[in-house]
Amino acid sequence: MLKSQDLSSRILSFSLRLAGIFAAQENCFQYLQGELLPTLFGEAGPLGGAAWTAPTVRSGWVQGLRTLARHPSALRFLAACGAVDTIFSLQGDSSLFVASAAGQLLVHVLDLAMRGPAEGRRGPRARDWPACAQKIVCHIEDSLCSAATPQVTQALNVLTTVFGHCRGLWTQGLWVRLSPLVARLLEKDPVPASHSLVDLLLSVARSGPRGAAGGVGRSSSVLSSDRGLWETLAQTLSHLSPTQAGPLALGILKLQDCPQALRTQAFGILLQPLACVLEAAAQAPGTPGLLEGAAGDSMTVDTLLSSKSACVGLLCCALAHLGLLQPLPQRPSPWPQVPLLGAVVTILRLCSGSAAPTSDVGGRLCAILVGCGRVQRAALDFLGALSQGTGPQELVTQVFSILLEYLMSPESSSMVLKKAFQATLRWLLSSSKTPGCCDLDPHTQQFLRELLPVLQKRLCSPCWEVRDSGLEFLTQMTRQWGGRTGFRQALLASEVPELTRQLLRDPESYVRASAVTATGQLSGWGLRATPASPERPGAQQESLLGELLHILSTDSEGFPRRAAMQVCTEWLRDGRADVAEDPERFVAGVLQAASRDLDWEVRAQGLELALVFLEQLLGQRGSRCPYSVGLPETAPPGVLAQALQVLCRVQLFEFAFRALFDCDRPVAQKSCDLLLFLRAKAASCGSLQEAGDSPSVASVEATLQRWQAGEQGQPLGYLEPGAIVAVLRSVDLEGLRDTLAESSDHVEKSPQSLLQDVLAAVGVLGENEADCY
Amino acid sequence: MKLYCLSGHPTLPCNVLKFKSTTIMLDCGLDMTSTLNFLPLPLVQSPRLSNLPGWSLKDGNAFLDKELKECSGHVFVDSVPEFCLPETELIDLSTVDVILISNYHCMMALPYITEHTGFTGTVYATEPTVQIGRLLMEELVNFIERVPKAQSASLWKNKDIQRLLPSPLKDAVEVSTWRRCYTMQEVNSALSKIQLVGYSQKIELFGAVQVTPLSSGYALGSSNWIIQSHYEKVSYVSGSSLLTTHPQPMDQASLKNSDVLILTGLTQIPTANPDGMVGEFCSNLALTVRNGGNVLVPCYPSGVIYDLLECLYQYIDSAGLSSIPFYFISPVANSSLEFSQIFAEWLCHNKQTKVYLPEPPFPHAELIQTNKLKHYPSIHGDFSNDFRQPCVVFTGHPSLRFGDVVHFMELWGKSSLNTVIFTEPDFSYLEALAPYQPLAMKCIYCPIDTRLNFIQVSKLLKEVQPLHVVCPEQYAQPPPAQSHRMDLMIDCQPPAMSYRRAEVLALPFKRRYEKIEIMPELADSLVPMEIKPGVSLATVSAVLHTKDNKHVLQPPPRPAQPTGGKKRKRASDDIPDCKVLKPLLSGSIPVEQFVQTLEKSTHHPPVPFLLEQHGFSDIKVEDTAKGHIVLLQEAETLIQIEEDSTHIICDNDEMLRTIRILHILLSSKLKTPVCLK
Repeated sequence: MLKSQDLSSRILSFSLRLAGIFAAQENCFQYLQGELLPTLFGEAGPLGGAAWTAPTVRSGWVQGLRTLARHPSALRFLAACGAVDTIFSLQGDSSLFVASAAGQLLVHVLDLAMRGPAEGRRGPRARDWPACAQKIVCHIEDSLCSAATPQVTQALNVLTTVFGHCRGLWTQGLWVRLSPLVARLLEKDPVPASHSLVDLLLSVARSGPRGAAGGVGRSSSVLSSDRGLWETLAQTLSHLSPTQAGPLALGILKLQDCPQALRTQAFGILLQPLACVLEAAAQAPGTPGLLEGAAGDSMTVDTLLSSKSACVGLLCCALAHLGLLQPLPQRPSPWPQVPLLGAVVTILRLCSGSAAPTSDVGGRLCAILVGCGRVQRAALDFLGALSQGTGPQELVTQVFSILLEYLMSPESSSMVLKKAFQATLRWLLSSSKTPGCCDLDPHTQQFLRELLPVLQKRLCSPCWEVRDSGLEFLTQMTRQWGGRTGFRQALLASEVPELTRQLLRDPESYVRASAVTATGQLSGWGLRATPASPERPGAQQESLLGELLHILSTDSEGFPRRAAMQVCTEWLRDGRADVAEDPERFVAGVLQAASRDLDWEVRAQGLELALVFLEQLLGQRGSRCPYSVGLPETAPPGVLAQALQVLCRVQLFEFAFRALFDCDRPVAQKSCDLLLFLRAKAASCGSLQEAGDSPSVASVEATLQRWQAGEQGQPLGYLEPGAIVAVLRSVDLEGLRDTLAESSDHVEKSPQSLLQDVLAAVGVLGENEADCY
Repeated sequence: MKLYCLSGHPTLPCNVLKFKSTTIMLDCGLDMTSTLNFLPLPLVQSPRLSNLPGWSLKDGNAFLDKELKECSGHVFVDSVPEFCLPETELIDLSTVDVILISNYHCMMALPYITEHTGFTGTVYATEPTVQIGRLLMEELVNFIERVPKAQSASLWKNKDIQRLLPSPLKDAVEVSTWRRCYTMQEVNSALSKIQLVGYSQKIELFGAVQVTPLSSGYALGSSNWIIQSHYEKVSYVSGSSLLTTHPQPMDQASLKNSDVLILTGLTQIPTANPDGMVGEFCSNLALTVRNGGNVLVPCYPSGVIYDLLECLYQYIDSAGLSSIPFYFISPVANSSLEFSQIFAEWLCHNKQTKVYLPEPPFPHAELIQTNKLKHYPSIHGDFSNDFRQPCVVFTGHPSLRFGDVVHFMELWGKSSLNTVIFTEPDFSYLEALAPYQPLAMKCIYCPIDTRLNFIQVSKLLKEVQPLHVVCPEQYAQPPPAQSHRMDLMIDCQPPAMSYRRAEVLALPFKRRYEKIEIMPELADSLVPMEIKPGVSLATVSAVLHTKDNKHVLQPPPRPAQPTGGKKRKRASDDIPDCKVLKPLLSGSIPVEQFVQTLEKSTHHPPVPFLLEQHGFSDIKVEDTAKGHIVLLQEAETLIQIEEDSTHIICDNDEMLRTIRILHILLSSKLKTPVCLK
């Protein structure tokens, strides 16, 4: 086939990969290396020919070699056919995929070459390294010394992968050999490929030199190489610009153990921009800053004031990094919660224009930051993260007032508002955590009184994103505080519940979905729009249920229907009064709507509701942990018969059996689980087995087979409980579950599929089909 | 070039530009904030307003109690409202040649200028500007004339008395020049002086300058103006917008390469983003109506109202407000809504394309068709039959001093269910509300001003790169209340020149060149000599003819025949002899060589009869800042050589000066003109 002149690049690429797969086995490799492999991967192959111009061929070549290189014979083959030089050149390939794969292949080859001699030892001396490894390392050394930044980047990326993925002890030797060259990069101004350099240093610090020994019981020589590493890290921190140093500082602080001095230096880098802002905006000199003595770092100030984009970039990175650091157990201690809160409030004020800095730097910062949405979003995120800590009451009051300012301001964009809502929620929840207190403190109560009118206005916004985030906020607030008297009173006194109800008819589907969830949550806590009339206490609720069923059956978009199904499931699970009155009717109505739905998530949620219903009828499913051992729960035969009757009446089986053959795998899986659960319950009770051979069972099985074949038209009709049990036994549910548990591409990945692909490829070529067999 | 600044209001400008012998008035905005000092004019008798107590001095003197009334601690003039006119004393307005109008809000003082100052020139404006400007004037006249007021207060304007009044009356400026509203007759006469122009149309003014209107993107037909001669360009940017609203987008490219850019009419609320304000407007409107309250929107009959109606058109269904009636009450409501639909060519691209479908460009047509929006000329008549509550009413005037809005304020002010939403930025809403206090109804301030903000200005200036920027003083510093907001001012290099009311500004502008045409036959007779590659020179003798600011070189009349009369003969004497080809002079004077020549002048006698003359002996050369001075002490002569001029100063020896020295000078290479004194 390879001799064919008009071989398409796709087939050639496929052949390269296929040959790689075959040659991965050493015996197979021995068989193929005589003719086929040199033809494919050697000089005689596509390399350098016309086909080589196609990226897919180059990619196939790299991938083929990558699969092939699994045994020492492969290494000899690579050396013999000069593949390593080609890989070097492919590192700079015009196709990013090829270039990246070439880099990874290089790492893979190096690892393979070093694994043999280095196994179990700390790594041989450099001159004892295999020739192939020597060649690669020399290439990396040359690249590191190169004046061209792309070369340096390639070398650094390869090294990053080496230290990230290779666990051999030889990597320590590699670092000892290369670290002087890496350190020399820092002497250049500007530092080339700073981003990749940071990645490399972090990769080395995380794993590399310490290797398999991990963090415990390391030898003193390892520590000494560590010391060199810490010095390099410290040097890098001080050489890079504030913006470049941020990710490195964050990475250092995330390390489990590193010298305190380095941690302090790294934390200083992250705090620097905020310290500058805090100092620039300080009303009176002497206000406690973030970094004593170093607040006015000129480099950071210069970056902040150099241009709007630099200022915004630096502040956003600093805020994001600190936000990531905040929840970590290894975050610096003591954590400067109070000055950080002060800084972030100041930034938010500068952005809203409400700060009035007196200093020159402050004035310029204000002009740069005012109205800047990116910084506002980053600052609000960080402010939310800071809610996990505490602060003096005065500062907390400032936090709430700036949050309220943002929520009220017509200038806040929808994204900023969303973040402001999220931060507000976090602060509200954290501020009311006072142990032993079941109601809200007066500050929170006052804040709520001011917040609800704002929420009310936001729910009327012409911008749907704003209405949506308002509703999400309401839902989460209610979920947490629905039982608190203060919250209930404030909410009921406002028009928020009524507005939420009206938003069920919003023209935007996302808003309708959020309104459904919010209404469900509100009604779950008995927070109705208007008090129901004393004569018919359930009237309001009934109509809400009607409204949900209406949405379920008529809404043209999937999101509101999914939300409605979730609310229905919750109501059933919580046994809400009006649902509990006639659960059968409720379940029948919901399942009917769900069974017709085109959205698979709605159908899956319908099965969830069915499962809840089953559990209520037959008892819990028991422990869901597959390893736990428990006695099978048995239901009395009378209860089972009754339950099956009910299930038949609500047409749960029709729904579940149809779902069993659903074209969407999660639905089928869920249905399978449900039926298996039911069968397990039924097995424990033998009284219903006699219906095994009745004609209705046969007809049900026939119908199911038709459904499986894709003919979904025919209904199942009314079923007797006995027939159900029989059908449950006869269907191979376990087999079905196993099939469904396979990944969705298992068919494509099977050998059969590969053969089909080969046949198809040959078919396209139009050659003799019989040859292939 | 001078700029006379007649208005202190940055968004209602009135400036006069003197440029190349033309006098051009740029806009004539009318500052109506003066009306805030007056009591509202109620359409329906208001017992509350008519029973307000008269104001008396601290000592109990009540001689002003007929003129001044007190309401909730504020004092108001009980008289027909009056307006603060542009300065009329700074420059004789009868000398104004043309008035250029940039948008309909900036022409409200036109009748005062054209009818009462001896103005005889022409006014230029686009058609929508004129038509909608007419509607605004008509509405204003109607609002004021339909509530006749018997008394006219003038006592309080006496300077000695004004000093005793409480603020803000005490601080009101130039109250003596405040005038009552004009009449419809004056409006018609003023508008008849307007000549319609289209965007990019070039209008010649006396041959001296060319003026061109450009789309400014702010309102229907709104324009910026370019005033240019052959070598100078002045751009006048007034009320421009870069937002996508209904008008044609702003033409920025044509403003490039200006020598001077006069920048007025920026947004009055630089901290408020119009989108956010529209959101605020809609939310508050919906909240009020849902609670059963009414919404009052004091507004002008044209402009932002079109955009608001369009937003509401999209919003009312989603907010469940479909059943709520919207009323638009103005004497010109109908015309305004209809005019907006017919000026398709002045609209943004989206709306223009709708016309070809064909569909009305604005969706308010559909609101009217479906009876969701109804319009009435006044609260009297049909409106009182159709009126349903809760509702939303759009009506004027935004100052709350006259128009139907006064009635609604009186009607709805007592209930906290109702809301008044201010969307027009021209008046302080607190001052507007002052005579209605105490007020129970909610007040929401969402000023929607789509004009340029300072960020947009800084981008615009970077884009068009004018040499100099001139702006009202308000734009050259941050607002007084937010002095730290350095972003709320114009930031450019060199710093903008600022002006204030009644100031005359000499614009930093040198006229360096003038274009002169040469008649073809004269050009034909020229014999150019190449003095260096690519540069040729020729002497020309001609008659310079200047008319209508156009300069033309004409061939001199032919020498008359000797047989002609005496008069003709004398004329022919004046004609220089242009047949003799003289060497052309160019280059600078090589001083050293010149001095040597002076010393040796005998060796190279330029003119035969000077052969016997000797050279100058005692020559001294002094270097000065601009060049050199050559002193011939013996001959008591001084020769000043500068870069662009040379003077020979000698007391009385005309022979010496013209024949000896000048000749030597001219025989040196020189390019600069020589002046004899």
